[in-house]
Amino acid sequence: MVPISYYLILSGILFACGVTGFLIKRNIISIFMSIELMLNGVNLSFVAFAAQWHALSGQIFVFFVMVVAAAETAVGLAIIIAVYRTRETLNVDQVDLLKL
Amino acid sequence: MTHLIVFLFFGALCVAGAVNLLVQRHPINSALSLVVVMASLAVEYLLLGAEFVAAVQVIVYAGAVMVLFVFVIMLLNAGEEERTKGSRVAWLFGVPGVLVGSVLVGWVLIERTGSQTVSAGALPGAPRTIGWLLFHNFLLPFEVTSILVLIAIMGAVVLASHPDADQGKKEG
Repeated sequence: MVPISYYLILSGILFACGVTGFLIKRNIISIFMSIELMLNGVNLSFVAFAAQWHALSGQIFVFFVMVVAAAETAVGLAIIIAVYRTRETLNVDQVDLLKL
Repeated sequence: MTHLIVFLFFGALCVAGAVNLLVQRHPINSALSLVVVMASLAVEYLLLGAEFVAAVQVIVYAGAVMVLFVFVIMLLNAGEEERTKGSRVAWLFGVPGVLVGSVLVGWVLIERTGSQTVSAGALPGAPRTIGWLLFHNFLLPFEVTSILVLIAIMGAVVLASHPDADQGKKEG
C-alpha cells in the first residue's frame, strides 16, 4: 500500500524539474524536452487521482494529453528545424528578433 | 511492502533521470535521461493499474517521441550549450521561485490527501475497458484529436520542408 500523496509528490518533483529546466536551459531542444517532462509529471498526477476517485476518465485524459503532446512535439520540432535553417543557431538567446 | 519498494526504486530512478536531464550540457544526454524518466513512469502507471496508459507511454513517448527528438538532435548536429547572461538571470530568480512553488504545492497535497493509500493495481485500466470508454463516452473528443493529429502532420510537413522546394517543383 502506497499513500496517494507519494505519487502526487513524485509528479510535483517532475513538474518542478521541468519548470527549472525550462528556465535555465539555453538550448532550444533541451527546453522542449523540459516541456515534455512537465507533461509527464501532470500525467502521473492524473493517473494517481483516477486511482483515488475510482474514475477511469482520468486515464482517458492521460491518453488525450499524450496525443496532444505528440502533435505538439511534431510541430515544435519542425519549427526548431525552420529556426535553425534561418538563424543557424539553437541558442534561444540569439533568436531575439522580436525583442525590443 | 513489495509495492512500496518497487514504487520507491522507480520513483528514485525517475527523479535521478529528471535531475540528470537538467545537469547534462549535451542535448543527446538529456534525451537519453528523458527516456529513463519515461520508462520508469510507465512502471509507476502499472503499479496504479493503468495498463493501457503504461503501454502507450512506452510506445508513444519512450518510442516515437524520443526517436523524433534524437533524430532532430542528430540532424541539426546540436553541440554543448554555452552559458549566457540569460541563464544566470534564470538561475537567480527562477530556481528560488520554483523551489518556493513546489514546497507550497507539496504542503497542500500532503495536507489535503492525508494518509489515503492505494493498493497495487487499484483501478485496472485494461485496453478493453479504455477502448469501450473511448468509443462510447468520449467519441467526440476522440474524433477531434484525430483531426488535431492530421493538422499537426500537415503543419510539420509544411514547416520542415525547404522553402525552395516548391519553386523547384514549379520550374521542373
